[in-house]
Amino acid sequence: MMTAPAALAVEDLRTEFRIAGTWRSAVRGVSFGLARNETLALVGESGCGKSVTALSIMGLVQPPLGRVAGGRILLEGQEVAGLPEKQWEKLRGDRIGMIFQEPMTSLNPVMTVGDQVAEALVIHKGLSRAAALEKARALFEEVKIPSAATRLREYPHQFSGGMRQRVMIAMALACEPAVLLADEPTTALDVTIQAQVLGLLADLRERHGMAVLFITHNLGVVAQIADRVAVMYAGQIVEEGPVANIFAAPAHPYTRALFAAIPRLDQPHQALSAIPGRVPPLDAMPVGCAFASRCPEKRAGCEAPQVLAHVGAAHRARCHVATGATAFEAAGAAVQDTR
Amino acid sequence: MIWFVAKRLLAAVPTLLAVLTVVFIIVRIVPGDPALVILGDQATAEAAAALRTRLGLDQPMWVQYWTFVSNALTGNFGASLVTGRPILEEVGAVLPHTIDLTLASMVLGVVVGVPVGIWAALHRNGAIDVAARLLSLLGLSFPVFVSGIYLLLLFGLYWRLFPVIGNADLSDFGDRLHKVVLPAVALGLTMAAYITRVTRSAMLHSLGEDYIRTARAKGVPWRRVVWVHGLRNASLPVVTVVGLYVGILIGNSVLTEIVFNRPGLGKIIVGALNQRDYAMLQGLMVIYCFLIVVVNLVTDLLYGVMDPRVKQA
Repeated sequence: MMTAPAALAVEDLRTEFRIAGTWRSAVRGVSFGLARNETLALVGESGCGKSVTALSIMGLVQPPLGRVAGGRILLEGQEVAGLPEKQWEKLRGDRIGMIFQEPMTSLNPVMTVGDQVAEALVIHKGLSRAAALEKARALFEEVKIPSAATRLREYPHQFSGGMRQRVMIAMALACEPAVLLADEPTTALDVTIQAQVLGLLADLRERHGMAVLFITHNLGVVAQIADRVAVMYAGQIVEEGPVANIFAAPAHPYTRALFAAIPRLDQPHQALSAIPGRVPPLDAMPVGCAFASRCPEKRAGCEAPQVLAHVGAAHRARCHVATGATAFEAAGAAVQDTR
Repeated sequence: MIWFVAKRLLAAVPTLLAVLTVVFIIVRIVPGDPALVILGDQATAEAAAALRTRLGLDQPMWVQYWTFVSNALTGNFGASLVTGRPILEEVGAVLPHTIDLTLASMVLGVVVGVPVGIWAALHRNGAIDVAARLLSLLGLSFPVFVSGIYLLLLFGLYWRLFPVIGNADLSDFGDRLHKVVLPAVALGLTMAAYITRVTRSAMLHSLGEDYIRTARAKGVPWRRVVWVHGLRNASLPVVTVVGLYVGILIGNSVLTEIVFNRPGLGKIIVGALNQRDYAMLQGLMVIYCFLIVVVNLVTDLLYGVMDPRVKQA
């Protein structure tokens, strides 16, 4: 399937945090691949491990608070999990960039935005400050910040939320990374600005051929930007596949519940549908399906560990109820799961 | 920038006027006739009346106020009732000693407090952090008159490294430095302890901010993350506290000057109190307040330079 190594491959990633002296898994064996010029949306509710997955890939989960306890992270074929900090510093911002959710607090308030964008270029590309600022100006133009040359010398508080997020994007793109992690980059923005920023990101991905991991809890955004979707629940991917397949026929009960929770405009008078119950806490994670306690289709077999198995050509789900129907995949499921 | 400075300077004017007014009122509402206080109970009515006329106390209140404020604004605080010399001259003669002490203590407080605070923040809950916190608690618990006396005993009498009496020759820089060491240590250690705590918490706060994560995601080396991104933000509260603390240093220099037998503002203020030199006290209060207004002004200006968000506000 792949001749060149994927831009990013994550295999059986396991990230733990220390809670009251015991290491607990927040990410439990997540695997996915990401090709160049592809957008994978990582979807799930707050606390399901989306952001932790991204921070693990950036090497930013570090002791004493947390650790990547297992698995492989391959950045353009190079194993990066467990690299010493010095080498991580060379990769971050250069081969892999990240945009954060909060444009209001993610920029340093006492540094000009120009210097903040130029900093990565000075560090990774060895440019002089003047040359880096000139490149930063070009980047500002690319992310469509008006009057780029003068705005370079301004401070974050002089920018609106949408403009700050453009600065963040310019910063993440400065060194033309192969992989861009976007952690809810539009969540804090209002809807019209959201659409502009999403359009900009799609455009930039195309132009630079980046692989984008787009983290969101907004399924509407997923439809707009992603090629493939991975739905996360309680630290695991519970369903994965092309956007069209998952939107047309969600297989996992959790994914279906997520879709059911979106109010529809074409039907009058509906009560908002919430998913009852809550995500199991990290220190009381069940052996079997983590969604079972909230699942309307719970039955015998749910208490056993679940594997990701095919429900369609490139469409997999971690639910024996959904995948049991496709019996031909059951035997291969375990093998597939370790990918 | 010029506009910002001008605005801050203008803002200091009402503060100074308020200070003058408060001092004027305090001196007027203190019970007792100043003329009798100065001349003593045995003074004749004529002598007291003559003195009142000389001091202008027989004028209407608003005339007294106007004379006081306009004189003060032109730097004329009158003459000491004891020595008869102009107050500004008396103060000018000893002010360098107090400034030496204040500056030396401040430098010590910052040079010790800031690095120790950063160090403690970077080793949060480690041995270094615990030690720094304990030491700063100790430093905060020692008043100048206790630590001063211990310092004098150890370094002045036992080891004889520093003089016990601190009357330095102002034209000799070496002598000034030598004699300011012990009092500055006594006064500065408390400040260092305080600055350690403030720096530690400001640094911890700033290192937990989102922009630190952004800087790391850019691949900024940790050292630069701490010293450029972290410290520049953490320095804002530290500068504010240093500014406020310099005001406290000026006030605490009174005790220090007495313990170390140094000339200075503190020494004169105690002298003026003992001798009921109310003209002197009035002048000193204004000068103290003026110094603190100046320190606050400098802090404000510094803040404007360091924090781009301030200039717009």
